Amino acid sequence: MFTATTLNRRSYRTQNVARAVFFLMTVTLVIPVLIIIGTLVVKGGPAISWEFLFTEPRDGMTAGGIFPALVGTVWLVAVALLASVPVGVAAALYLSEYAPDNLLTRTINLAIINLAGVPSIVHALFGVGAFVLFFNIGASILAASLTLAVMTLPVVIVATRESLQAVPQAFREACWNMGATRWQTIRKVVLPNSISGILTGVILEVSRTSGETAPIMFTGAAAFVAFLPASVFDQTMAMSYHLYYIATQQTGVPEEIPFGVALVLISIVLMMNAISIAFRVYLRGLKKW
Amino acid sequence: MDPRDAMDRRDLAWYVDRVAQALVFVGGISAIIFILGIFVFVTKEGLDFVLGSLNLGEFFTSIAWRPTSNNPTYGALALMVGTASVTGFAMLFSVPLSLGAALYIGEFATGKTREALKILVEMLAAIPSVVWGFVGMSIMNPLIIETFDVPVGLGVLNAGLILGLMAAPIMTTIAEDALKAVPDTYREAAEALGATRWEVILKVVIPASKNGLLAAVLLGVGRGFGETMAVLMASGHAINLPTSPFDSVRALTATIAAELGDTVYGSSHYGALFTLGIFLFLVTFIVNLTADVVVRGIRKK
Amino acid sequence: MVDGLPASATAGVLAAATTAGGVASPLYGEPPIIEVRDLTISYDGQPALRDISLDIFRHEIFGIIGPANSGKTSFLRTLNRMDGFNPGMDVRGSIRLNGKDINDWRNVYALRSRIGVVFPLPVGLPLTVYDNVAFSPRLRGIRRKADLDEVVERCLTRAALWDEVKDRLDSLGSLLSGGQQQRLTIARALSQEPELLLLDEFSIAVDPVTTMRIEDVLRELRSELTIVLVTNLVQQARRLADRTAFFLMGEMVDIGATEDLFEGRVRDERTTGYIEGRFG
Repeated sequence: MFTATTLNRRSYRTQNVARAVFFLMTVTLVIPVLIIIGTLVVKGGPAISWEFLFTEPRDGMTAGGIFPALVGTVWLVAVALLASVPVGVAAALYLSEYAPDNLLTRTINLAIINLAGVPSIVHALFGVGAFVLFFNIGASILAASLTLAVMTLPVVIVATRESLQAVPQAFREACWNMGATRWQTIRKVVLPNSISGILTGVILEVSRTSGETAPIMFTGAAAFVAFLPASVFDQTMAMSYHLYYIATQQTGVPEEIPFGVALVLISIVLMMNAISIAFRVYLRGLKKW
Repeated sequence: MDPRDAMDRRDLAWYVDRVAQALVFVGGISAIIFILGIFVFVTKEGLDFVLGSLNLGEFFTSIAWRPTSNNPTYGALALMVGTASVTGFAMLFSVPLSLGAALYIGEFATGKTREALKILVEMLAAIPSVVWGFVGMSIMNPLIIETFDVPVGLGVLNAGLILGLMAAPIMTTIAEDALKAVPDTYREAAEALGATRWEVILKVVIPASKNGLLAAVLLGVGRGFGETMAVLMASGHAINLPTSPFDSVRALTATIAAELGDTVYGSSHYGALFTLGIFLFLVTFIVNLTADVVVRGIRKK
Repeated sequence: MVDGLPASATAGVLAAATTAGGVASPLYGEPPIIEVRDLTISYDGQPALRDISLDIFRHEIFGIIGPANSGKTSFLRTLNRMDGFNPGMDVRGSIRLNGKDINDWRNVYALRSRIGVVFPLPVGLPLTVYDNVAFSPRLRGIRRKADLDEVVERCLTRAALWDEVKDRLDSLGSLLSGGQQQRLTIARALSQEPELLLLDEFSIAVDPVTTMRIEDVLRELRSELTIVLVTNLVQQARRLADRTAFFLMGEMVDIGATEDLFEGRVRDERTTGYIEGRFG
């Protein structure tokens, strides 16, 4: 009675075929990542040198390094974080700790989804219309960073909300029962136990922000600036825009330079991602309750 | 009366709590403020053009996008077809691959394999779009030229392949979430009746999660539709109604990115680009709204 | 007027506070600490507790027994206005603490700080054992290390936990064993210096030996504060409570001196039925 019937055997064969097909589909999707990284390393690797990383571009960007672009990206990301992390964490705190299940909350959630879904070039238009023109900041690090901040806000909100919600409700109730206010509860128990998860989200945001191009094209990134930025009101070079510019707008650039820029950019991004993933794995192993 | 009734006064902690609540609330509604702000400011810059020079008939039916000619015309049809053809081509291979990957990662893979695949999918999502565009130009382009013996490798095929890979992670992740949302009791019940894993997936898991899978596809479409830099760099950026996958096309997003820098503030060209922005905003808004309604549908059940 | 006082109290024998062997008797002659009138609690329109009126007196242990879903926990949650955190929970009627309606409190947190609560499942906060117990004193503004040390040791000792944790006060409270966490919760409640202690089926997650130790602690505490003890163990109510109320499906079926209830002097036959284990 329990011997495998023909039918049974056939359905197991079907299952194995299905599994193999799905595996191949997955591999097809992820193999290109490895090929891309491999190619960038092979073709861009030779360009990387101390000089490449720490000097300015020369001879109409056909030689020299990427130092101003690296510094500019650091500025852009740092200012964007300063703007988006407080707002994003506040938004996540509201959604996780205060928001009742009502129309307003549903609207906020919908707005977050849309903020993440609006094309990056539309964010760029918003940055031009709002920050550059209306608030009259002009094309600058500040305008570009604020545009980036609005665009990556959902990353911070979603990651923070997730880590706040991972703190068991019983802990909050225990604090409230002792007469702690909501804020005291958040500050003494909820935040300390979700701060690492929030950090993971912030690192992920750094990764996202440093690679964005469209939002900064018209709000503060410049093809070439001879000096390093001195304040947030300066324009700046940036890694992502630099890659776009030398790959499409500039002729006579030796092949290894754009490959080198792409390699450095992707290294920054993937390194941040790796840190974020490692952090997450580490946290999973860290039991506090 | 208990002397400690004197404790019933609003102390510093009480006021701090109130202030914190107000601040956090402002943060909460900031997302709404920003999404409204995007709509308002993009519309504001495009409004003059929409009310003045815009000819809706021309906008939707003409392929003549000649903003810099002496007698400028603003037909966006070729740009819409460009976006649609690249996104459509991308979805053609990316939807099945992403859903297949979600099924493998969610239903078959275990342990280390599963973790590794998830990390690779995350890496796929992490590659910046300008790098994708560069890959399209410098790796895919020569590859396509050589493989298919065509004069130009920048076009629907190139941009579509790039876009498909870029949209895959979000589809895989959301689809996997949808599969995960199917209670294990369903699977166990079906397996107890003697069904194989594959039969369970086909007859129980997929039907139970089809709304979530649909939402995943919608979000993938939205992602592809809104992608800018990669499409700009890999599509050839030529105004063209494509007849083959090797034809160059130009996308809505790419047009804005390529031309805004050369426009004069307040000119009709400037306004026309913001009008494209309004159009993009509205379409993605509707796609995201639909995906949200679809997802909410599953949660209710 | 007041329901279910022991015969001795109504006879006026113990009208005033007396102390025998260090344990104060309930102050039945004085105004009650808690007065509940016409309390009705419902969740999304579904009533969970109907029309409860009762008084609780200082220095008594007031037991509430009854099967699951009888409204016992809902009753406790309304006493310190934790209902505010349950959307859909609707509370009608009045509850007075020391003669003052709890909804008239301008600072609800001050109200809660006067009422200690112990849950069915132990909750050690993910802070050190020391910080768990020092949490409430710090909220009250106590900052000096020596003062905090004193409170922590006193409360942990009272909760019969000091000897087990005195050498690891800096380990996480949330990683203690279940029984230890429950005593930590009690120590935390005591650190509030509450006048009212609410216990909700505290022995569910605790072994019998620890339960007995906690029960001893509660008996001692009666001289300092008032205890409301919700329990699913009728014998626990019998061992501890001065008076006991029997809740059944949202109704207060009976209330009286514990000895009366357990010796069959009941108003409703269902009480005896439940106590004798014929249903539950």
